[in-house]
Amino acid sequence: MKTKTLIFLCLSLTASLFPSCEKAGTQTPGPASLHHSIQIKGSDTMVNLGQAWVEGYMQEHPQAFVAVTGGGSGTGIAALLSGTCDIAETSRTMKSKELKQAAEKGVKPVEFVVAMDGLAVVVNPKNPLDRLTVNELADIFTGKIRNWKEVGGHDLPIVLLSREVNSGTHVYFKEHVLRQGDEKRPEEFDEGALLMPSSQAVADEIAQNPNAIGYYGVGYSNPTQKALAVAQDKNSPYYLPTLENIMDGKYYISRPLLMYTNGQPQGTVKDFIDFVLSKEGQEIVRQVDFVPVPQR
Amino acid sequence: MLTFKVLKEFLVEKVIYLSGVISVILVVLIFVFLIKEGFSVFEAVNLKDFLLGRRWYPISDPPQLGILPLILGSLCVTFGASLICVPLGVASAVYIAEVASPRIREILKSGVEILAAIPSVVFGFIGMTTLVPWAKNALDLPTGLTGFSGSIMLAFMAMPTIVSVAEDALTAVPYKYKEAALALGATRWQAIHRVIVRAASSGIVAAVMLGMGRVIGETMAVMMVTGNAARIPQSLLQPMRTLTATIAAEMGETVQGSDHYHALFAIGIVLFAITFVINLIADFAIHRRFK
Repeated sequence: MKTKTLIFLCLSLTASLFPSCEKAGTQTPGPASLHHSIQIKGSDTMVNLGQAWVEGYMQEHPQAFVAVTGGGSGTGIAALLSGTCDIAETSRTMKSKELKQAAEKGVKPVEFVVAMDGLAVVVNPKNPLDRLTVNELADIFTGKIRNWKEVGGHDLPIVLLSREVNSGTHVYFKEHVLRQGDEKRPEEFDEGALLMPSSQAVADEIAQNPNAIGYYGVGYSNPTQKALAVAQDKNSPYYLPTLENIMDGKYYISRPLLMYTNGQPQGTVKDFIDFVLSKEGQEIVRQVDFVPVPQR
Repeated sequence: MLTFKVLKEFLVEKVIYLSGVISVILVVLIFVFLIKEGFSVFEAVNLKDFLLGRRWYPISDPPQLGILPLILGSLCVTFGASLICVPLGVASAVYIAEVASPRIREILKSGVEILAAIPSVVFGFIGMTTLVPWAKNALDLPTGLTGFSGSIMLAFMAMPTIVSVAEDALTAVPYKYKEAALALGATRWQAIHRVIVRAASSGIVAAVMLGMGRVIGETMAVMMVTGNAARIPQSLLQPMRTLTATIAAEMGETVQGSDHYHALFAIGIVLFAITFVINLIADFAIHRRFK
């Protein structure tokens, strides 16, 4: 190779290294200038909802650019703490450990309740069961009950489907069903529980496996899976995870969906969150099969 | 007398030397980074509890960081895969190198190379949609997401490596060995299995080790078909979780600097150690060939 070509190649290689040094989409504190691109990361449960909001927002503000990615609520919070996203959307509140880490890193998380969600517990339509109490659910998912016949089904082994540890859905189910609200209790998912990579994977496995039981946000409901009615105990009424039951607070396993920002939001981020909480934003929530925030 | 040609010679030599050394430097740097990020996990848990602990619940308070189920999961799927791909791979290599006619040899070699080119996530996807339901129905299992499904997909991924390297080893055996065997009255099969395969044995062992190295490091396909249950596997027909899938699934959520983060890097060190040992054995086997 000629020396001139070699020198040219070396120079262009070094030059191509420079653009990669920029960080994309970070929000700098200071005068509230509308910088036009924001990054939202977090809950897989909320990713479709987030995308629907973004589409609605960008229709009214075509010069804005908002990107939404999933990865799980834990991933979103980790990104907010590391400064690699502007908004973390989560399907659970930040844990005390995460709040401590935020304080250490100088991040001040501000929480917004942007929608409500119910966690449907689903089984295959061939399963004869149609209702369970919270205690029975806890015993099933911690592995105390291992066969369907112990709760009134066929004589078949129970296959547990759960989500990965970075999923807000996983953490919420663990805290509110397995530990019945007390995060200090020791209950864990049975170690034989299959950790599925997404709610869609849970839905697919349930649809083809009559022994399986799993959970996901109601937005993923599908005729190929059957949702169980849940009661707080044997003497309480059983409720299905419908929109009305969740809004009225009757369905036990329902939770707020949240967005976190670092400090009070400014500029485009504030604009976006205002849109999400507006009438239009909440109508979009309904369209994506989630539950709007009860208006006060 | 420093002419331009002498200078060019010197520069080229140094550039080539640097390129060779860079790969060694990179490996050392990666190893140093792994150790730096992973070692602090041993403040939260001691080495014995980490390697032999049976419960992996990293987000609990306090975190339970025992990776024995993960190590056994990785070893199980690797063992299962080797049961399939070692006999098949070596037999294919013997066929391609010794028995096949030149035209069939070309077709088979291209086929094997195409198999190597398929991305692993495609194997995972195909396994998830076809193999998993079939395994559940045909073997009457509670679920098809098992180490067995993982082993089958991994066997397909390791085969091209084993076939290529073993076939190279077989064709490198000097032709006079075969001539001598046939001249002494051996049948073709006797010449193959008693002389040629034995002569190429260290190369074949190297091929198998390299295939196994590939299998142990495989992430995407196993994550999609093995079920990811961090439990000590009692049989291949149960869901299990590998070291690689654990890192891939959990790295996104950890906050930098937390115990979970360091634990995942420590898992990386364990993986690095396993593949390093496998490659050492393969290297040793290859060098034995030239004794």
